[in-house]
Amino acid sequence: MAWVNAVIQGILLGGLYALFACGLSLLFGVMRVVNLAHGDFAVLAAYLALAVITGLHLPLLWSALVVAPLFAVVGYAVQRVIIQRSLDVSPLTTLLVTFGLSVVLQNAMLESFSADSHSLPSGALASGSFQLTRQLSIGHFSLIVFVAAVVVIVGLQLFLSRAPMGRQIRAAADDPEAAAIAGADVRHVFAVAAAIAFATVALAGIAFGGYSSFDPGAGPQRLIFAFEAVVIGGVGSLWGTLLGGIILGVSQALGAQVDSGFGVLAGHLVFLAVLALRPTGLIPARVT
Amino acid sequence: MRYGQLQALTDVSLTLAAGETVAMIGANGAGKSTLLRTLAGLHRPATGSIWFDGREITSLAAHSRVALGIALVPEGRRLFHSLSLEENLLVGARRSGRWTVGRVIELFPWMAARRRQPAIQLSGGEQQAVAIGRALLSNPRVLLLDELSLGLAPAVVRSLYDVLPQLLAEGMAILLVEQDVTQALRVSDLAHCLLEGRITLSGRPADLAPAQVEAAYFGLAARA
Repeated sequence: MAWVNAVIQGILLGGLYALFACGLSLLFGVMRVVNLAHGDFAVLAAYLALAVITGLHLPLLWSALVVAPLFAVVGYAVQRVIIQRSLDVSPLTTLLVTFGLSVVLQNAMLESFSADSHSLPSGALASGSFQLTRQLSIGHFSLIVFVAAVVVIVGLQLFLSRAPMGRQIRAAADDPEAAAIAGADVRHVFAVAAAIAFATVALAGIAFGGYSSFDPGAGPQRLIFAFEAVVIGGVGSLWGTLLGGIILGVSQALGAQVDSGFGVLAGHLVFLAVLALRPTGLIPARVT
Repeated sequence: MRYGQLQALTDVSLTLAAGETVAMIGANGAGKSTLLRTLAGLHRPATGSIWFDGREITSLAAHSRVALGIALVPEGRRLFHSLSLEENLLVGARRSGRWTVGRVIELFPWMAARRRQPAIQLSGGEQQAVAIGRALLSNPRVLLLDELSLGLAPAVVRSLYDVLPQLLAEGMAILLVEQDVTQALRVSDLAHCLLEGRITLSGRPADLAPAQVEAAYFGLAARA
């Protein structure tokens, strides 16, 4: 029964990884941008949520309604002002620029919030759970995060395949110049994609903050999990990212079941195995 | 309507009026595609200017030119491969007007049964038709056609050019660039021969002798 429990907890944790990774997957699928500051933006979102929760006395889940739209605006601006400019120079430049952004963000957060670790007060959510059997229970918060991940990824997939703006995003991802002569303002389209990606980063950052404590330097370590989820699932595929997140979560949970120190390492090993045996990922790239 | 007074390339100047088809013929590397791409807003001319309907548009971005009514069917089709045929058309839907997906399908009836097929599965000629349809959905007043014949069988090329009169009847102006001289002269009101970035010969197709065109096309003017 302990193993079944590990699998269930792993799937739920995988939802968090998928939620965190889908923004990375979207930016890469659409613009071929690897956002190395992805993890740091998630940490920033957690700090903003903390400020909203303590300042406005809103509960944890409500803070997402404030922080996610704010992050969409930030994403739009970061894309137009910083990433697009580096994209116009060369793809390598975007790596350097987002790496620089990561360093700047970490230091700015260190200055503003100190090196102390914080966690988001989740109140009753953290302790509440559904009792399935005597040995199996599912925490309210982790279930909410998992459902949010599935809703976000399904919603994003529907938006990309059905909505006119989603169609333009796919067109611009295929061939930006052809999209421009078909009348699409490609910079705006890319910035909308970035706004969506950043809104998902905000949700993931808040979810992380509810799960565990965070400090200004927590971003890069978490970014590894997002990369692993994206690569396991297949670069540029959102369904793949969901699957990759779940596989990573289950691997970590099963690994931890073997030995409490083995969890994270087990995730890395599965990631390396996929990278070696199936470098295109489990659901290979169809653009976004 | 008065379109264009362009001095891109080397002192190329041309105007285009509504309901008129102007052909730019010339060999590979003559600057034909560069000319169309400059008009569509993908290149900025170093000197000179582009005017559309009494307004200077030289520094206007490509997508804003589409909004004014200038549409390019680019060399090599450039369809969106991960999108379906219909989605490719819909990406082009910009200015409202007479052209809709339904009307494009009337123009190319084979599309009706295949609207959900990925664009990448279409043949070259079919892709070219979709590229034309995508441009038409922006309801252009000026249609720029870049090498429709590229890589296509002569019968397919002819069938594509045969739709042009229907477009002209609605007051569209067409500027086409073509290596296939016979085809270009067949459909145009006025032809310019471009050689190394300069116009070496201009005239109505009926007035141009084959030897004259050949000389201008290959740069044999000095000997002719």
